[in-house]
Amino acid sequence: MTAAERQTVASAFEQIKEHANSEWTALWDSGKPVITVGAATCGRAAGALEVLQAFRDEVKKHGVDCPVIEVGCMGHCYSEPDVTIFKPGYPPICYGNANPVIAERLVKEFVLGDDPCLEFVLAATEPNDLVPSFADFPRSQYEKKVVLKNCGQIDPEQIEHYIANGGYAALAKALQAQPEDIVDELKRSGLRGRGGAGFPTGKKWENCRNATGRPKHVICNADEGDPGAFMDRAILESDPHAVLEGMIIAAYAVGARHGHIYVRAEYPLAVERARIAIRQAQKLNLLGKNILGSDFSFDVRLFQASGAFVCGEESALLESLEGKAGLPYHRPPFPATHGLDGKPTVVNNVKTLASIRHIIENGAEWFAGIGTEGSTGTAVFALAGKVVNTGLAEVPMGTTLRQVIFDVGSGIPDGKRFKAVQIGGPSGGCLPESALDLPIDFDSLTEAGAMMGSGGMIVLDEDDCMVEIARYFLEFTQRESCGKCTFCRLGTRQMLEVLSGFTKGEGSIEDLDMLMDLAQDIKGGSLCALGRTAPNPVLTTLRHFRDEYEAHILEGRCPALMCIDLITFYIIPDKCERSCDACIGTCTVEAISPNKKRIKVIDQDKCVKCGTCLVACPPQYDAVIKVSPPSEVPRAEKETAET
Amino acid sequence: MYNSTTEEQLDNQRRTQQVLKRFGKKRANLIPILQAVQGELGYLPREAMLEVAGFLSIPDIDVYGVVTFYNQFRLNPPGKHSIRVCLGTACHMKGGYITLDAWKRRLCIEPGETTPDREFDLDTVACVGCCTMAPVTVVDEKPQGSVEPTKVDGILLAFEFEREKEAKGSE
Repeated sequence: MTAAERQTVASAFEQIKEHANSEWTALWDSGKPVITVGAATCGRAAGALEVLQAFRDEVKKHGVDCPVIEVGCMGHCYSEPDVTIFKPGYPPICYGNANPVIAERLVKEFVLGDDPCLEFVLAATEPNDLVPSFADFPRSQYEKKVVLKNCGQIDPEQIEHYIANGGYAALAKALQAQPEDIVDELKRSGLRGRGGAGFPTGKKWENCRNATGRPKHVICNADEGDPGAFMDRAILESDPHAVLEGMIIAAYAVGARHGHIYVRAEYPLAVERARIAIRQAQKLNLLGKNILGSDFSFDVRLFQASGAFVCGEESALLESLEGKAGLPYHRPPFPATHGLDGKPTVVNNVKTLASIRHIIENGAEWFAGIGTEGSTGTAVFALAGKVVNTGLAEVPMGTTLRQVIFDVGSGIPDGKRFKAVQIGGPSGGCLPESALDLPIDFDSLTEAGAMMGSGGMIVLDEDDCMVEIARYFLEFTQRESCGKCTFCRLGTRQMLEVLSGFTKGEGSIEDLDMLMDLAQDIKGGSLCALGRTAPNPVLTTLRHFRDEYEAHILEGRCPALMCIDLITFYIIPDKCERSCDACIGTCTVEAISPNKKRIKVIDQDKCVKCGTCLVACPPQYDAVIKVSPPSEVPRAEKETAET
Repeated sequence: MYNSTTEEQLDNQRRTQQVLKRFGKKRANLIPILQAVQGELGYLPREAMLEVAGFLSIPDIDVYGVVTFYNQFRLNPPGKHSIRVCLGTACHMKGGYITLDAWKRRLCIEPGETTPDREFDLDTVACVGCCTMAPVTVVDEKPQGSVEPTKVDGILLAFEFEREKEAKGSE
């Protein structure tokens, strides 16, 4: 590239940047208060759109000049909907669990008046003397936001917001460098693929760059099929341009002409936001012909994945893009040399692509300085299950599981005891308390029998049955197995049948050995990662929680009181309060009735074991319990009925 | 699989042809075409699949193979309201299977089916990514958090009120 060409790119970007900056400063430096409402899918499920509307209505009613902006997910999903009010003279204050009534009060009392309504505050977003800030939370010690930096801070449907926050600067910088240098930078950064397998991204790009076929493709793999993972959704919904910028830089580095975002149709909002982002980038010539006046052209199209878990595997994904059923095929040759339509193709995960701009901007050394030697950078986790602070967390690689679950996630709710953490989705495993001090990186987790996976982390407590969770994952992989490899197709089915038997109290101890055998065979006899990792949930639970399997098989007892067929609901007569009808009213199948003494009794033939009565029974009586094995109950029940 | 009446068939064919006008005759367009046809008709009846196969000049079985491979495509007409129960890990551990049971019990249908009055259709979904609101049910495209058996009844009751209101309004 000549100096003149470099100049063209630099000045073209300078113009775009100037415009974006002026819009951004006009919003913030006008002296007006600004309200932002987090309305990603998680927020919307909690009612964020109603809150957004309430703010808009209220602001209009009072005639206040106060922009109300929709932003993405801040990661504090436990307190959704989250609202932040920026009022001059006050620190920016974030309010959790907002609703239309709170919205009304906040406008009246804080935006119009000067009472910041401290009773609703979650935290301030920057340190100050008035209210505690997020920096005072223990989690801030461990968190390092790189990929998630913009999430919840900018309007994802405004490209100007992204550019004013440093967006597309990396692209302009990259376009002024040689493609080989970009690949080299990536290699030195040590970035490994965030989709789970952890293949070095720079190496993948180099292979694709050196491949001869034309035209080349770049694919963003947003087919986030792991049940329990939502990092990619949150990023695409909250900061879609970061992903797009990563794709464009990748395309420039490997010499690709076409890009495809392969995103799940189950994520309608992510699809919509990505579509808007593509359109906006095209308008500013950040996509399309002769990007920013350079001689590099690249376009991106959106492809809605139709909901098949196996399509997260890259060869199946490519088949699906070609309009076929997503059956994986044998690799090598790898997609980097023979991919879409047989042409060289880079397939990268959303988080990998979202990291690119930071590496180009801050340099490979900066990125390599975060995390551990073998796994550089940060890891994004979706914390869910039995943990207080559910949501997104981004921590440097090498942080321990304990720090993520207990410091970032604030531990287990309701004073329950931690039992296990399920990491890596259906390909990963369940790690017990003894593994909590493991540093999280690609290699240590694989050694422990789990795997990094894409970042879903489900915390399990004492009420969760490990046999049941193994059965759940096997049911999932069995259903999602594409059927190509015999071991995966039939083996997972066989394992599922054995496990389903255990959850009903059937089976024998010898079946455990058979499970181990089957697991080894499926691992060895499957073509793709779906089959090769499918037995992991069974193997890890069997290794760490064998006693639970034995209780199911030998005693017909579910220690965690979860397996429906092995439990019975029972009302303790001595604790049941005669004048209380809470359980009768809530029972969804009318299985509870009072006996002559007005003590409530469950008709076991009618009971569907939904557990509603257990929740409904007032805590001062606490009369409903679960009993396992069920054979313990009929006798007690009968006695009660007679007296 | 649902059998449509002759009248419906002709209508479905006509509407499918309309949708096909927007696409090129490339095999790679098969999935986007099927998504668009399902968007128009609500499901993929036999006559629509035959139409698509003819359009792309590929064997009928290839279209049927793709339709049945992917979870997104449905062979039954949808109900007026769609109920999709999330069975992701977090939802399962927090009782999603109990919620599914409650829906099945109330609507008297299995996942993948539509109630005879075409009012509701029930399905499961692998994960909608709202794991923090578990257990989730997506009701008419809107994800609802903490849907336990009592909330199932509540949601159905709300629909019933709506129907009554409509009936009164039309009188």
